[in-house]
Amino acid sequence: MSFLSYLIKGISLGSVYAIIALGYTMVYGIAKMLNFAHGDVIMVGAYSVFIMSTSLGLSPIFGVLTSIVVCTALGLTIERVAYKPLRGAASPLAVLITAIGVSYLLQNIALLVFGANTISFTSVINISPITFGSNGELTISGETIVTIIAGIIVMVGLTLFVNKTKMGHAMRAVSEDKGAASLMGINVNATIALTFAIGSALAAIAGVLLCSAYPTLNPYTGAMPGIKAFVAAVFGGIGSIPGAMIGGVLLGIIEVFGKAYISSQMADAIVFAVLIIVLLVKPTGILGKNIQEKV
Amino acid sequence: MKKLVSLLMALTMVAVMVAGCGSSAGTASGEATYKIGATGPISGDAALYGIAVKNGMEIAINEINEAGGVNGAKFELNFQDDECDAEKAVNGYNTLKDWGMQVFIGTVTSGACIAVAANTYEDNMFQITPSGSDPKCIENPNAFQVCFADPSQGKKSAEYIGNKDLAKKVAVIYDSSSSYSSGIYASFAAEAANQGFDIVAAEAFTSDSKSDFSVQLQKASDEGAELVFLPIYYSEASLILTQANQMGYDPIFFGVDGMDGILGVTNFDTSLAEDVMLLTPFAADSTDEATVHFVNAYKEKYGEVPMQFAADGYDAVYAVKEALEKGGCEPTMSASELCDKLVAAITQVKITGVTGELSWDASGESNRDPKAVIIKNGAYVLFE
Repeated sequence: MSFLSYLIKGISLGSVYAIIALGYTMVYGIAKMLNFAHGDVIMVGAYSVFIMSTSLGLSPIFGVLTSIVVCTALGLTIERVAYKPLRGAASPLAVLITAIGVSYLLQNIALLVFGANTISFTSVINISPITFGSNGELTISGETIVTIIAGIIVMVGLTLFVNKTKMGHAMRAVSEDKGAASLMGINVNATIALTFAIGSALAAIAGVLLCSAYPTLNPYTGAMPGIKAFVAAVFGGIGSIPGAMIGGVLLGIIEVFGKAYISSQMADAIVFAVLIIVLLVKPTGILGKNIQEKV
Repeated sequence: MKKLVSLLMALTMVAVMVAGCGSSAGTASGEATYKIGATGPISGDAALYGIAVKNGMEIAINEINEAGGVNGAKFELNFQDDECDAEKAVNGYNTLKDWGMQVFIGTVTSGACIAVAANTYEDNMFQITPSGSDPKCIENPNAFQVCFADPSQGKKSAEYIGNKDLAKKVAVIYDSSSSYSSGIYASFAAEAANQGFDIVAAEAFTSDSKSDFSVQLQKASDEGAELVFLPIYYSEASLILTQANQMGYDPIFFGVDGMDGILGVTNFDTSLAEDVMLLTPFAADSTDEATVHFVNAYKEKYGEVPMQFAADGYDAVYAVKEALEKGGCEPTMSASELCDKLVAAITQVKITGVTGELSWDASGESNRDPKAVIIKNGAYVLFE
């Protein structure tokens, strides 16, 4: 029973990583840049929900919707102000460093506005847990169920969007070759902006799920999950949507099993050791080889 | 244009120099005071501690000044924010030295305290930390401690759990990346071997993985632990209590001084902290005269019940006052002269503080008995 319980905890944690990783992988696939500020957009999303639904007492659904709007606007602004002017700059390093800069900027603004005190987050998910076994040996919390379902919906939705819609085609075209895509009449800048908008909306959802399942919030909340999700994206093969999902879930399971069966002190070391081994064996990540899978 | 710029710069320099001279002249001609410097986190994760220590110190200093100070010389306090960060604490300490500090009371948290201790030793500045509990804080002969040292916190907790027979199976969740937390855990585990209970699970986390404790709690629960010992700070403890509640696990939670403050976490459901126990030298509902007086003064000034850190700050100031009197110090002495006299004097003072009957030996550690409190209806109650 405890094995199953750990497995579910791992999948739940992994689903949050997966949704964050989807944001990384979309942006990387299309704009060919690593948006290190992604984790901090998550933090902004979580604070928006907290202000709307806990401080102002509005309904959680409204809070989540506001948070999606706030994060999308934030993502578009960051892209327009910080990344777009550097696109086509001599070195791709410039935009990478800018992304790290934006990350610290967001953290420090949050420190100024909200203070560094940790807040106990009120879960916006109000579903009673499901219990199996005679004395509740296996309990699956409402947050876990919603997180896993949300992860699946987001992945399927994104895959359909990218493969079946016109804008999705445009995205894949830009991903393959920016120059050729613009010659074919695709508005490259608008397509990249759309990618950031979707990525940031996903960050908002991830923020809500992360803070509901692990109810604590401070200006650094997004930083570590952001890095782990980046690892998950690389693990699964960066640029690949199913890869990000698989990478995220696997990472979550490895982390929880590492904590549970090997050593709670070594959990992070185990996660990164596995990453190194996977990359040594398969440098492009689990699903990284298949170009067709790229966004 | 260039000339204009250099002229401006020269003028600024002159202005700064004049201003500098002005301020130092001002204090020299003023009434003789003891300049007490302190640093602690006024913002950041451990802000509740720093604010409490600062408030406690202010109350003590106001009382002493109203009563005429030490042989007529009053205390002047300068408290710098260090955000619980070692580097910022050292910066704060240097700012205080520039200000003319003679005695240093600080810092509030262990990590920052160890960093500053190296500087105070080098400068021969008397240091007494209200709440820096790591033994490394007081390694140097010029440093003293008001609170319990970590090893004694762990040892006393284990003794307490054993003596009161609170549980047979105990789990520990500690922060392996913090010297405070792992230090207490080590001494707790060592003493547990002599007591009538078993540590069935010892689970760690690090500062990078402190957002999910469900696995650690699950292991404690699977091992059948009746008591979970939490030698950690209150931010993480609040999350542990929330997650334990989510999974329906309800053991006795037993904390140390870092648990103090849990009732002040923003948006935390304090009913989850019901029946949480913590070992502390200070209980606000004690009926002894010193505590009643302090708690009333604190409530009047800051509108809340003081926690242990406030009491530590209060006692630290009184310890300095007693030692200054005993050592026959003068406010005109330099920090280094004062340090020599205070180090010799403090081992001879004995104060009835709000954290117990305090005395010090040359190691810097304070001697007194702990009390355990339990949270009932959102307030600390002495546990008998």
